[in-house]
Amino acid sequence: MSLCEKCEELMQPYLDRVLSDAELAEAEAHLAECGWCERRYRFEVSLRQFVRQAVDEPMPPQLKAKLAALRTPLV
Amino acid sequence: MSAASVAVMGETEARRLAEGARDRVRFEEEALELSDQVYRVARRLVSTREEAEDLMQETYARAFRSWRQYTPGTNLRAWLLRILTNLNIDRGRRIQRTPDTQPLEEGDYFLYNRLEANGDGGASEQDRVVERLSQDDVVEALAEVPHDFRDVLVLVDIGDFSYADAAQILDVPIGTVMSRLHRARRILKQNLAEQTLGETA
Repeated sequence: MSLCEKCEELMQPYLDRVLSDAELAEAEAHLAECGWCERRYRFEVSLRQFVRQAVDEPMPPQLKAKLAALRTPLV
Repeated sequence: MSAASVAVMGETEARRLAEGARDRVRFEEEALELSDQVYRVARRLVSTREEAEDLMQETYARAFRSWRQYTPGTNLRAWLLRILTNLNIDRGRRIQRTPDTQPLEEGDYFLYNRLEANGDGGASEQDRVVERLSQDDVVEALAEVPHDFRDVLVLVDIGDFSYADAAQILDVPIGTVMSRLHRARRILKQNLAEQTLGETA
């Protein structure tokens, strides 16, 4: 497996911050010297952010009142 | 409740009731404060806003009824979403189950590679590849991720739940969360490539 293939494999766990110390060091060493992978990592970071913003839909205001009405009435 | 009956009941019993009512009110208030955050996740677990609103009301009705089952100090948002995802499954939304194996799959660099290949390749352009995606494309691409995969993706990437929380909410092993999440992100990227570049990968 090439270093870039290995780097691709480590990308998701790297971004989720669940790599082991050894893997983390390996990924960071490769990213520091490989612009090709580094661009793809940066893209993934901005993609995740973009997806979050794009699909964000706030709760309709009247729904909160409906939920509050479901509370147990105080005797 | 009359003053006389309170006197008969005795002070201890009255205090116990008052404390119970106070705990319940506190629970209800905390749950309502989280409703915006719960809704944002709920909205992406179902297809339409109407479904999301119905599901929220069913969830809160059940949560308010069974508030005693919640352990104070634990993650209330996760507790609410566990009710919500169970109700969502009970509604029979998964009559067609998603096969665990689908013909796939492209690597994690897939979408970037495709977008980059479609651009002019200039250095300034490379940093803005993501801007070529439209909001509607993203919403649609996410909606088309099969349920089992989307649930995990929505909980972790939209709801900010840990793998462990997502595993508890969905009642699946943590390894399943990780593998579904990985697949879900790849499927999302494939959908996005199809939407944005207008061809099948």
